[in-house]
Order: sequence, then C-alpha cells, then structure tokens
Amino acid sequence: MSNIRFEQIEGKSLGFYALVAGLGGLVLAALGSAYYMEHHGHFVTGMSNRIVWGMPHVFALFLIVTASGALNVASISSVFNKKLYKPLSRLSGLVALSLLASGLMVLVLDLGHPDRLIVVMTEYNFKSIFAWNIILYNGFFVVVAVYLWLLFERRMNKFSRKAGLVAFGWRLILTTGTGSIFGFLVAKQAYDAVIMAPMFIIMSFAFGLAFFILILISSCQWTNRPLGDAVVNRLSNLLGVFVAAVMYFVTVYHLGNLYLAENTGVENFILFDGGIYTKLFWYGQIILGGFIPMALIYHPATKGNRSMLGLASVLIIIGGLIQLYVIIIGGQAYPMELFPGKEILEGYGGVAQYSASLPEIFLGIGGVALAIIAVTFLVKFLAFLPESLADNVVQNK
Amino acid sequence: MNKTLNRRDFIKTTSATTIGVATVASGITLTTFASTNKVPVTNEKRWGMLIDTNKLTEAGIDGMVSACQEEQGWGSELHSTGSQKPGWIKKLKVKDKATGKVSNLALMCQHCEEPPCVDVCPTNASMKREDGIVLVDKHLCIGCRYCMMACPYDARSFVHEALRNQKEHMPRGKGTVESCTMCVHKVDKGEVPACVASVNSDAVIFGDLYDASSKINQTLRTVQSAQIRADLNLNTGVRYSGI
Repeated sequence: MSNIRFEQIEGKSLGFYALVAGLGGLVLAALGSAYYMEHHGHFVTGMSNRIVWGMPHVFALFLIVTASGALNVASISSVFNKKLYKPLSRLSGLVALSLLASGLMVLVLDLGHPDRLIVVMTEYNFKSIFAWNIILYNGFFVVVAVYLWLLFERRMNKFSRKAGLVAFGWRLILTTGTGSIFGFLVAKQAYDAVIMAPMFIIMSFAFGLAFFILILISSCQWTNRPLGDAVVNRLSNLLGVFVAAVMYFVTVYHLGNLYLAENTGVENFILFDGGIYTKLFWYGQIILGGFIPMALIYHPATKGNRSMLGLASVLIIIGGLIQLYVIIIGGQAYPMELFPGKEILEGYGGVAQYSASLPEIFLGIGGVALAIIAVTFLVKFLAFLPESLADNVVQNK
Repeated sequence: MNKTLNRRDFIKTTSATTIGVATVASGITLTTFASTNKVPVTNEKRWGMLIDTNKLTEAGIDGMVSACQEEQGWGSELHSTGSQKPGWIKKLKVKDKATGKVSNLALMCQHCEEPPCVDVCPTNASMKREDGIVLVDKHLCIGCRYCMMACPYDARSFVHEALRNQKEHMPRGKGTVESCTMCVHKVDKGEVPACVASVNSDAVIFGDLYDASSKINQTLRTVQSAQIRADLNLNTGVRYSGI
C-alpha cells in the first residue's frame, strides 16, 4: 500500500507570477469599484428600490453556494469512505474556504454600510435567516479549518473522518440557509418555495465540483503532476449526475409553480415572455449550463476528453451564474401581486429595469479572482496538492 | 498675569476643561432627548390609519405625498434615478378586473403586526415599537436591503446618495433603508401624522385601533374595510375602505 505524498508547488515560474499579477489586478479593480460605490452611494449602480440586489449578489451567492459544493470531494472521501477521493480532500477544503471568503467579501463590500460589520457580529436577530447564515458561514471556516488541520497533522489523521462528517453536515445546513434566504420570502411570487433550499444544495454540488475540477486539472497540468484517468473519469461522471439533478430540481420547481394560479404570472414571465430573463433561462441556464455540459460529459465522441471536461465545467459555472441571475434579478423584476384580482394602472408595477453597472461587474469578477488567487498562493505555502494522482498511485491505495 | 504658561500647566488646564465640558454637554444632550418622551411606549395602544378610497381624491393623495416629503425631507435627491429615489408614500391607481372600478389610494408602510421586514433583519435595525409603529434604527442598519426583499408592499427605500439639509427630527443616511415612520415624532407629542393632517376631511383617519372610543375604532366597526394582501396574515395597521 503506497502512501500519497503531498507537496507544495514551486511557484517561481513566470506563469505563476503572471497569474497572480493578473488576478491581483482584478481584485484591485474590485476593491476600487467597492470604494467608488461606497463613496458616491449606490446611485452609481444599476440597482434601485425595485432591484435591490444586483450583480454583486449574483456573484456573491454563486461563490457561497459553490464553496459548500467544493467541499463535496472531501466529504465523499470522509463520509462515504471512498479511497479514491482521499488525496483530493486537502485541496477540496482549501477551495471551499477560498470561495466562501471571496463570496462574503463581495457581499460585504456591497452593503450600504460595510463599515458596520461589527454590528453584524454583535446584534443578532435569531429570527433572521441572514443572521443564521452569518453563524453558519463563520462556523464553516472553523469546521473546515479544523478538518484541514486533522488532515495535515499525521498524528491526528485518525480523527479526520469524523471531522469530515461534521463538515458535511455543516455544509448541508449552510446551503439550506442560503437557499432559504429566498425560500422564506413571502413577498415575491418567484420565491416563497421551500424547494429552493434543496435546489440550492444540488446546485452547490454541480457548481462546486465544476470549479474544483478546473482547479485540479489546471494545477496538475501547470505543475507537471500526473493526473490519471481514474480520478478524472470518476469526477466527470459525478459532475454529469449533479447537472442532471439540478435540471430535475429546476423542472419540479417550475412545474410546481405553474400549477398554482397565483404564480402563473411569474412563471409565464420567466419561461415564455420575460424578454432577457426568458432568453437567459432557456439559452443560458438550460442549454448552455445544462444540456451542452451533459452532452460533453456523456457523448461517446467527447467522453473522457479532458479539454471537453474542462469546457463542460466552464459552461456549468457560466450557466450557474446565469441561473442565479434569473432567480435573483428575474425574481425581483417581476412585480409583486399587491392587489390580487385588480390591475395597477399607476404608481407601481410593470417589469423593473436593471442593467448592471461596471463597478458591480468588477466587484463580482474580483470575488472569483480572489478565490483563485487564495488557492494559488496557499498551494505554494502548504502541501495541499498530491505529488501524483496517476492511476497506479490512487488505485493502489 | 505675567506668568508664563508651561507645557505641563497647559495640558492640565486643557484636559480639565475638556473633561468638564464633555461631562456637562453629554448631560445636556441626554436630558434633551429624554424630555421628548418621558412615558414609555406600551402595547396598550396600537396606532393605525384608515384610508377611505371613495372619499380621498387624487389631489388629496398628492397632498399627502407632498406633506410627507415636506415633513420628513425626502424627494429632493439630486443624483438618484426615478426608481432609486425614495418613496415613503406613493399614489396608486387600481382597477378592478371584473367591474372596471378604478380606485386611488395612498400606499406606505402598512405597519404590520407581524412585519416580514423585522423578521428578516439580521441586526434588529428593523423593529416594531410596542404601539405597532415599524421603524428602522439608522445606527444599526448595515444596508443589506433584505427587508426590502421581504416587504410585500414595496414600502421601503434605500438611500442611494449622500444627503443634505436634513430635518432635525428625521436623520437619514446614505446606505441605509428608510420608510414611513407614521410621523412617530409627532405622534409621541400627541399630534397626527403629516399626511393625515394634510387631508381636511375624514377620508383618512388616524388613531388608536384598540381604543373603543376612538374614531378609527368606531369607524372600522361600521364600515367594511380591507387590508392589502390580507392573505399573508400580517395584520396591518393601515386599513382601506372602498377597495
């Protein structure tokens, strides 16, 4: 039985510094954008009193959802005792922490008063899903950090499975909390559906794994570490299943809403006559983020091809961002049903307009860059990456 | 008086003066605030409003909106676009799909007994007073806008820009959420909200919903009234008749 060896990356190549510099530029642009928005006030953004959550929230929630999903690879190894995934546990934990930190950065920097972060920590309203999420996010950092320590410290390895179990449970609750931000909102027709919590969990599985696969393939390739087909094909199959599961949940969610007369308006809006939102739903979320990645993963012509798997992962991430855009912005754009049975002629109603401003987009992209830069730096300083994931190494274990 | 002031003396004197002024001044400030409201608010009262859409004219609603702007100092924002500008109270024209009847009404915070904005606020900035008035504590509000997502009445606004010339009794702030306060500063002094005062008829009645002798209580017993989105069971403090 061979032991998996972990090793830091060298991180001295021109490519490494170019990557860090490029990502660093994006992070600086995000910080600059946040300063610009805070200094002037939110009138410089596309957000308004109707579209109160905009592009920053699309990215922030995407990153937070993806974070909990990225931990799945570690969970499969610890909870379900699948040995093949064990060497990937450390990286999985690292990617999860980096994504969560980035998502929270974007969320906090968009607040009207980011300077009052201390209030968030000292004033809790236990009836608020947001307040619960703050506890869940902080707890996630602690749980995953402890889990990583147990993995790194050889004497403590024996406890890592139990910690992995705790982390898995925690992440399920965390994503339930994230989905419930919308699921528990009675005001908006598009939300107020309990299915949003499990749907967010399954979305996190797909987006998180897609992100993890991209990090894994690129870091192995850029540092010349062997990565065998055993690992890649297993992850690829799993990704396909997750994408199918997301589409199943999306179907049930929309069918369920269509059945209720009170929600047919918003359903028609998203599915048929919502202009940009309908286009984004069908072309972006369903075709680009669902059918094409599944075809790339399962079609005999592309199955097993790493570039195609990479492409599928990129499409899943883009599709995921589009899905959150449709949920968050589309759900707000459709007017609330203030007077059932009546038509509002003046004063309120109509589809709210939104076009994201550049600072909002920069802030969001900067969040993604921060996640990648954190992973890039930390794999240089700590041994997160296995030396080899060649078939004979992982299968002999 | 020809004594030269050395550094130690200077520090001593100025420190003593500063501490003295700070002590006295803070006392003054505390007393000033305390004197405006000596009696604690209790849940024996529940402030509410009844809007009769049959009696209230369009001009009357416009007057209510202007009175609110004048009283609370919103509406003159320079940079915010139409949907970014605050709207503490707005005029709505509603048509019944079956009968075609058109009603005009004023829509503002409905001061729910079970306010969704208070439930979702992570920092307790959104709060309901014992007497039913729903407010935002501008010092605790972090500007997350979750309350705006949760409000079924589109009653809340986010301050999108820095403000000038604010009213002394109504501090507002860039990056925080605000809405109708039912003119709590006037109500606590025994006056009626500015919008109610602007209507010179009984088209809008303000008062204590619990007080059996109050006009609002008695009117609500006799006329048919409705709550907006009554299906949500929020038990609003603002009621409407004629819709």
